Amino acid sequence: MTVTRDPQSGIVRIAETIFRPYNSSSGQRSDRSAGDRLRHRQKVREAIRNNIADIIAEESIIGKDNNRIIKVPIRGVKEYRFVYGDNAPGVGQGGDQEPQPGQVVGQGEKGKQPGQPGDQPGVDYYETDVRLDELIELMFEDLELPDLERKRLRQIEVEKQFRQKGYRRKGVRVRLDKKRTARSRLKRKKASQRRDLTGARSRFPFHKDDLRYHHSVSDLRRESNAVVLCIMDTSGSMDTMKKYLARSFFFILYQFISTRYQNVEIVFIAHHTEAQEVSEEDFFHKGESGGTFISSGYNKALEIINERFHPALWNVYVFHCSDGDNFESDNPAALKAATELARSSNLFGYGEIKPLGAGYYGSSLIPLFSQLDEPNFQTLQIHRKEDIWTSFKTFLAKDRGREDAA
Amino acid sequence: MDYTIEDLEVWNSRIVEIVHKFGLDPYPQEFEICDHEDMLTYMVYSGMPSHYPHWSYGKSFEKLKTLYEYGVSGLPYEMVINSNPSIAYLMRDNSLALQVLTIAHVYGHNDFFKNNFTFGATRAQYTIETFKSHANRVRHYVEDPSIGLERIERILDAAHALSLQCRRNLSIRKLSAEEQIETKVQEAQPPTDPFGAIHRRQDYISPDLNKVPLYPEEDLLIFIRDHNPHLADWEKDLLTIVHEQSQYFIPQIETKIMNEGWASFWHKRILETLELPQNLHLEFLVRHAQVLRPSPGGLNPYHVGMKIWENIEKRWDHPSAEDEKQYGRRNKSGAEKLFEVREVERDASFIRRYLTEELVRELNLFEYRTRGNEQVVSRVADDLNWRQIKETLIQNVGTSTIPVIKIEDADYNKNRTLFLRHHHDGRDLQLEYAEKTLQYLNQLWGHEVALETILDNRKSLLCYSDNRLAIKNGI
Repeated sequence: MTVTRDPQSGIVRIAETIFRPYNSSSGQRSDRSAGDRLRHRQKVREAIRNNIADIIAEESIIGKDNNRIIKVPIRGVKEYRFVYGDNAPGVGQGGDQEPQPGQVVGQGEKGKQPGQPGDQPGVDYYETDVRLDELIELMFEDLELPDLERKRLRQIEVEKQFRQKGYRRKGVRVRLDKKRTARSRLKRKKASQRRDLTGARSRFPFHKDDLRYHHSVSDLRRESNAVVLCIMDTSGSMDTMKKYLARSFFFILYQFISTRYQNVEIVFIAHHTEAQEVSEEDFFHKGESGGTFISSGYNKALEIINERFHPALWNVYVFHCSDGDNFESDNPAALKAATELARSSNLFGYGEIKPLGAGYYGSSLIPLFSQLDEPNFQTLQIHRKEDIWTSFKTFLAKDRGREDAA
Repeated sequence: MDYTIEDLEVWNSRIVEIVHKFGLDPYPQEFEICDHEDMLTYMVYSGMPSHYPHWSYGKSFEKLKTLYEYGVSGLPYEMVINSNPSIAYLMRDNSLALQVLTIAHVYGHNDFFKNNFTFGATRAQYTIETFKSHANRVRHYVEDPSIGLERIERILDAAHALSLQCRRNLSIRKLSAEEQIETKVQEAQPPTDPFGAIHRRQDYISPDLNKVPLYPEEDLLIFIRDHNPHLADWEKDLLTIVHEQSQYFIPQIETKIMNEGWASFWHKRILETLELPQNLHLEFLVRHAQVLRPSPGGLNPYHVGMKIWENIEKRWDHPSAEDEKQYGRRNKSGAEKLFEVREVERDASFIRRYLTEELVRELNLFEYRTRGNEQVVSRVADDLNWRQIKETLIQNVGTSTIPVIKIEDADYNKNRTLFLRHHHDGRDLQLEYAEKTLQYLNQLWGHEVALETILDNRKSLLCYSDNRLAIKNGI
């Protein structure tokens, strides 16, 4: 048998056989599937985006941290063909034990789809894992509100310090860089010696061109602050379902605000006839009894804003969830406080949560608030989980920042 | 790596010698050493050095990679392309024993590609160039600003969904349009009657030669390409490309069990003849057992295939008294029979002819059905059931896993509705998949499409138009 070796490529021919050695640098080792993978990934995102409303209405995303991975059903990236359904029998091989009629050998769909050419299994996957923050990002993309303008007035510009940025030939004497200057003189000296081999001159003084100065720029860091004030009625009439809906809404609001501002504070104000600032845990889990004075919550919010979050420095987002019950006598006070709150915040919303089937006992505050004429105030009604997303969209549409920018 | 290329060369030349001694007749072979990333890529792109882009390949790459990285599935030791010369990829990280086994295995596949009748129409000498040309054409369309990726994907998505709805036996020549007319006219002639003198002459019913198609048509993509005048040239070309590629792969789908069985049968035979040093031999035995181990619940084509091949050889070399009684004296040796079968059968016929009752029992085959959310054993290999298990197995190999759907009429109800018939064999179509696939068909055809099938024992017509599926039962 004749064996020949091409000395350049290292390719070996044995009679008719060719061996191509592994070559880690050859052009064939480029990542061929990168483009197709990217396109697939895009399609997955697209599919998620199309189902985003369903996905965020699911309870599982609330109060979870951003690295949590959730399973999202994917439609639209399946590859459909004509395949046989459930009444098509299959054949398998028994292991060491004799299979018995009636024995269960598998679950769910079998790989009945004809595999793609080659020998890949024909099972299609229906779900993909997405990190929560990725999902939230998609949610915001879907909202098409990524350009909430950071209002110049509300940004604190801190002149941090001077930062060195390169060198200049001109500058003030105090910023002279002696080392660089000496070095450039040396360079010049070497260069002139090469030209003039006759002999070194005894003296080679600094020239103006040798001088190097530090260049510094002032580093402006834009800081943007936002505070989300969540106000909720924790009176006896707020049941679990209502709280759940409220929580979903607050969650989304908080997530949204977090992506827009560097520094986001969140404040929970629970109220019945009196208001108090509470932790998130208490906010959602503590049930109170008794009546409701909405104005108490608003006044507490105003107090907190004035104390800690001055509207000149903070973007203030206020949202209030309630089931619409309020003592009649409190209404004028509530309206007055609400007006004031709307004026000192970017966005102020009132969400009335009335789950379907809960019965329309009790009143609604929406007629009352319709008297409130502020452009950044919004009333919403939430009946079901599915409403949260649409409500949220409507709510954000009134952001004052957006109007200012327009 | 416990070997050098030189080692592989040495072993290869000894293997080639044995291959020829056994009478195997492969194409010239080329081996390429690759790493696991390359192997993943080759698996996704069917081993082709060049392939047109489509997101579905990205999808399978991600999936394979995940399965591989989580250790759910390993990578194949090799991958062989049906081309002349044949190209095979060997994984760099495999041990020497595994490489030797793999090289022997590759020659088995190579011989099968060259000699099995189903591959006759694949034009192996042009494989690489054909795929390259397909890739270049698709890339060219993608770059054409008047077309663009999105529209190409729309066509490719639809074409992929229908790609396997094509003729299965490519050795049967497709009649040209003229020949079809001729045959149709001939069929309409009354049969010659030896008693013509006393019988009343049968009326001649002239065939409807204007019907399109004259005979039910299985090549869906090609039919649409030729009969939808609204398709642009690039769209027609894409349909052609997808069709040609699936034609190339049909023989591989048709002979999975035979092919893997054949390669395993010969790698075993070759390695036993090679006189491997003991350490390599022991590893070979372990690896061989791993590859050939039956997968309980599933069906390992390597195992099933090799068992049948071994059984054929045994029955022809040493026929049992029963076999002698039934078939008379054998006029072929085991080896002669093997080579004959390798040439003229495909999985369905291979199993029908050579899977004996004894083998059904030995392989411990059983039939299962889906009940609710579970798969439940419905028949086990006993006297009463083994034939039925065999029938079910035949339905689950090769192209029998693809429903037979033919175009019957391109002008159904005289409004250009495309009428298709599913040749129902007891297995219903999966409705969700059928709906989406009909949607693709509707998109390509541009008019309503109607598929006649049987759902839950009722004849049904699935009509797809205006983004909506209507099911008419009991027609």
